[in-house]
Formats: sequence, structure tokens, C-alpha cells
Amino acid sequence: MTSQSPRRVIPIHPEAPPRLTAAELAATQKACAALKELPGALLPILHAVQDELRYVPKDAVPLIADALNLTRAEVHGVVSFYHYFRTEKPGRCVLRICRAEACQAVGANALEEHAKRSLNVDFHGTTADGAITLEPVYCLGNCALGPSVLVEDRLVGRVDAQHFDELVAAVRGAK
Amino acid sequence: MTGVTVFVPGDAAAVAVGADATAAAIAAEAARRGTAVTIVRNGSRGLLWLEPLVEVDTPAGRIAYGPVDAASVPGLFAAGFTTGAAHPLRHGPTTDIPYLKRQERLTFARVGLIDPRDLEAYKRHDGYRGLAAALGMTPAAIVESVTASGLRGRGGAAFPAGIKWKTALGAAADRKYVVCNADEGDSGTFSDRMLMEGDPFVLIEGMTIAGLATGATQGYIYLRFEYPLAKRVLQDAIRSAYAAGYLGGDVMGSGRRFDLEVRMGAGAYICGEETSLLESLEGKRGQVRFKPPLPAIQGLFGKPTVINNVITLASVPIILDRGAEHYRDFGMGRSRGTLPVQLTGNIKRGGLVEAPFGMTLRELLYDFGGGTLSGRPIRAVQVGGPLGAYLPESRFDTKLDYEAFADVGGMLGHGGIVVFDDRVDMAAQARYAMEFCAIESCGKCTPCRLGSTRGVEVIDRLIAGDEPVKQEALLRDLCETMTHGSLCALGGLTAYPVRSALDHFPEDFRKAVAARAGG
Repeated sequence: MTSQSPRRVIPIHPEAPPRLTAAELAATQKACAALKELPGALLPILHAVQDELRYVPKDAVPLIADALNLTRAEVHGVVSFYHYFRTEKPGRCVLRICRAEACQAVGANALEEHAKRSLNVDFHGTTADGAITLEPVYCLGNCALGPSVLVEDRLVGRVDAQHFDELVAAVRGAK
Repeated sequence: MTGVTVFVPGDAAAVAVGADATAAAIAAEAARRGTAVTIVRNGSRGLLWLEPLVEVDTPAGRIAYGPVDAASVPGLFAAGFTTGAAHPLRHGPTTDIPYLKRQERLTFARVGLIDPRDLEAYKRHDGYRGLAAALGMTPAAIVESVTASGLRGRGGAAFPAGIKWKTALGAAADRKYVVCNADEGDSGTFSDRMLMEGDPFVLIEGMTIAGLATGATQGYIYLRFEYPLAKRVLQDAIRSAYAAGYLGGDVMGSGRRFDLEVRMGAGAYICGEETSLLESLEGKRGQVRFKPPLPAIQGLFGKPTVINNVITLASVPIILDRGAEHYRDFGMGRSRGTLPVQLTGNIKRGGLVEAPFGMTLRELLYDFGGGTLSGRPIRAVQVGGPLGAYLPESRFDTKLDYEAFADVGGMLGHGGIVVFDDRVDMAAQARYAMEFCAIESCGKCTPCRLGSTRGVEVIDRLIAGDEPVKQEALLRDLCETMTHGSLCALGGLTAYPVRSALDHFPEDFRKAVAARAGG
């Protein structure tokens, strides 16, 4: 191994003070402190922040970059590459509809249309009452019992329009 | 005495159709009647159309009832199901159900049989015998055994596992890694999930053996976020394995080290490609790497890395336990051992069928699957995930064998079979294949990144009947470019579903033209 001094990222512009709420700041700092020594720590940190806040605030990026000695561009690049990470706060419940072939074969396209129409949102949108964020997902591994939906982290199979409405009503009822 | 033992699967697919509610109803009804019942949350047997499949342990063996929803529980108690009594939902002894009886469960031997978190049950059912055998062998002898078994990568590429391992063993380094690719993103596949949720210790054991064989001391399971239950089961099992000395600094008292950790993906199909998975594990965008260098020589963090699919690694313990010959004796041609096939989509009896290579598609679709769920004729099946070919009825006698599928312009991939009935619009499916590639492309190479978007546009014009002859020629030319010019299988194989739809179902692309001619 050649002895090479580790790269040190020095910001060109002085950092603007992050506009984070106290909770956002705490979640970010906690994740960085606990995980930054892990090899390949960036994804675990982003997961920890999103697990806690349900999104990764844009202004958390410079803090994470600093903790890992990465550029902001590198961290932003990772956050934006992966479909799972979001930078905006979602609705109370993230509802993912499987769009993949096995679910298509048993009516996923019709379910998708029903969901968008009845919730009055497109994919990635949040309903007006803030209850539900609708997301597409490409396979939930429930391909023999589709169409499949993931309600937060609960998998539901054989979902037709009526069943979907019941799931939505349950989310809206559980305020 | 703890009374009668009742098994209610805790597998995600079973829970998705109500297994938790069924288990709660059984507990409540047993309490109400004062019947002593112990509920075990096992994995799934893979007879998914019968889920929730409840089994009762009787002197005559385990008796199956299914599908059992919560509402049918009081009736089952009334009929005396805790003694295995007759009921319309009764299927007799589980192992006599033809769907299961006709299978050869090697890798899935314990899945559905035991509580996946119970290490003692795992050991009682031949668990950790492969590792014990491996500890008495030299690394070269372990690699030789895996090579001799004929085991090929079950993730889709079917590369001989022993050769990967031998390369990693021969690479000198201060640190090596074993990585399990659990980013099972192909539609129509769930065998990895079922195995991780139903028998996590076999994967842990297989990875530990891979560590011993190659000199790797750190393992990672890269798991997709879409499998939250598998994550919990794996983490519990890893904790138990550490506590019992099967992981850590002194594996089974051998003085050898192997550490294991679960890392979560974040919704990127491309991370199922091995080099982009390694990039993702390193904390980067999941972009494909150029090969060479091979991961076995320069993989994770630049170190020699064995990277294999879940099923590949989980097949290793039985090979070490029973011997390479035992495994190799199943199968046909150069496809040795068994393949866990997943019957999915519009299918009457969907589920997991582990069988030796060599069975025909027709046997699977009709003898096991029972035709479509809708009762209509099967028009097309897609084998091998979103990058697999769409095959018509005329190809249903193709045998499950890597080479036989290549001969008909398809691929076996990870063993997923998606069934469509006669209402499917194959032009729409071809368009979706390009759309999916555009959504999931990592962006590194041009044929995939731009070709997929242009592909959607060309198919749209073709479907609209806008100079169709010219569009079809252009589409085929684009498929050619993507096949030969893409860096990895995503761009490289997207042509399979598109071209096979064009070849086998050309009429679906000509509806606009036909309508115009007719009108």
C-alpha cells in the first residue's frame, strides 16, 4: 500500500447556517455520530435519518458531507440516485403500489388508475388532507398473490379497488 | 404439555393475505374454548394460493388447512381441526399435497418446516452440519467441492460459483469480503425473500462457509428496502448466531473469524447488478463498474470479494453436508442441482416449486400451476424477470435448463415465471420493458440511458401506426445497439422482452393500422 494522506474536503464558500428544525438537526447529528465510522457509511446514515424523520432534509446534506469528508455534490448525488430517499416530508402514510409485470398480469394497471383517481394525486404526490403519499414500487416479492401494495412497511396482497379503499379509509381513520 | 402445536406462517406473502389475523383468531378461539394450543410462526411452504396455510401437528404428521382466514377459525375448532379432523379446508398431510410431494426440496428443505428464528430447531433439522464439515477441510477442498457440485449462480447469470470462489481464494489481500446479493428486484421472483424469512440460518451458514473457503472475514447481506420483514428476521438470526458462537471471532470454536451485517438498499433495481451493488455498499450512487477487474480480485473497497445471490449461498451448506455428488446428481446437461421456480402473475396455483433442472415449462404452468387464475387461456409467459423474453404457447415444451432457454432466445434468470392470459397487450408490455429500463438505468452508458427513452418513443409511434415499417426497423436496430453496446445486463437484456414480443405477438403492434384498414 502506498502511503497517501486522506483527502480533505474544504468547502469553497463558507457554509450558510443550515436551516434545520431542532428535530432535523438532532436526527442528522445523531445518525452521523453513531454511524460515520462504518465502512461505506453514507447509505446507513441516510437510512437512519429517513427512519427517524421520514425524509432527508436538503439542508442535512452539508452536515452529512462534512461528517464523512465528502462533497455536498457527492451526498446530493446519492440522495437523488435512489428512489427510496425523499427530501420532502411525506403524508402520514406512504402507500406504494407495485407496477411490475406479475402484478400487471392480475390488474395492477387498473388498481393504479383507481388509486390516482380516488386519491386525486399522481405518483409521488400527497393527498390534500396530508394522509397519504402515493409511490410506485417495482416488485414487492409477492408475485403469486398480486396486485400488491406496501402500506408503510406492511405488505398487502390481492388488492382490488374495494380493498384499496378500505386500506385508505383505515389510514384516514387512524389519526 | 403445551397442547397441540399449530403452525401459522409468518412469511410476508402469508401475512399479506391475513396470516397475522388468522394466528390471533386461533389464539383467541383456543383461549375461549380452554384448548391448549402452541402457535409456531413458521416460514411458508410455498403453496401460496393456499395461504394462510395452517398446519396442525398430529400423531399422523402435520395436517394442512387452507386458505384459513380469521373468520373460518371458529368453524375449524368446531370441526375438531386440532386433532386433524375433516373440514372443507383440509388438504390432508402437508407432505402428501401433490404440489409439494412432486418437488425436490434441497435448498428449501427447512423453509416452512420450522420457526425461522429458532436456532435449536435449525440444528435439529441438519443445520450447521455443512459448516462443521467445512471446518475440517482446507479452503481449496471446500472450493473444489463447490466446483464439483456444478452449482451455478442462481441470481440469473449462472456463472459457476466454484470458479468465482477459486479466484477470490487465489487473490492475496489483507482483507477479503463475502457479499450476498439480496437485492431481488426481478418481478415474478420471491425465492430469496422466502428463504431469508423462512430459513435465515442457512444463508448465514452458507456465507460463513464462503468466508472459510476464500479467507474472507467480513460478510454483508445487501437487502432491498422492499423486504422489511426479511430484514427483521435476518437481524434476529444474526444476533442468535453471534450469541451461540456461529459468528464472530471464534466460529464454532475453530479460532476462525467471520462477521456478518445486513445493509439496506434504497430502491434501485440496478443495485442487483453486482458491481453497482458494491458501489452502493461503499456509499455511492449505484453505478455499474467496468469489468475487469473482476470483483473476485478487486471488489468491495478494492479488496477480493465473493459476491453471490441468496439461493447460491444457501445451497452451499447442503453441498458440504451431503457431498458434491449428491447435489450434482440432480439436473440436466450443464445445469446441475435444483432450481427454485416461482410461479406468479395470472396463475391459479402460484407458489414456489423447487425441482431438478429439466422440467418443462408446460409441466410447471399446467401440472403445478393449474393454468390461469382468471380461467382464460395462457397467452404469454415472461421467464427470468423484466429482462426475460415473453414466450408463447409454442415454446412451452422448453426444458428448464440455462442452455435450453438461451436456445429459444430467452433466459432462465432467477427462475421467475410470470403468466399472462389472453387479455394481455404485448405491445404495452414491450413499451413497459423500455420504460422500466429508462426509470432504472444507472445512467453510466449511453445505449441504456438514452436508448431506453428513445425506445419508448419509437414503440409509441409504432403502436400509433405512424410509418410502422420504418419504426419497427428502427426499434430492432435500437435493440441491437442496446444489446451489444450496453455496459451491463440492464441495457443489454431489455431487448429480450421487446424483441420477443415483436417476434411472437406482431399483431399487437399493428392494431392501429388494422383498425384504419378495417375502417
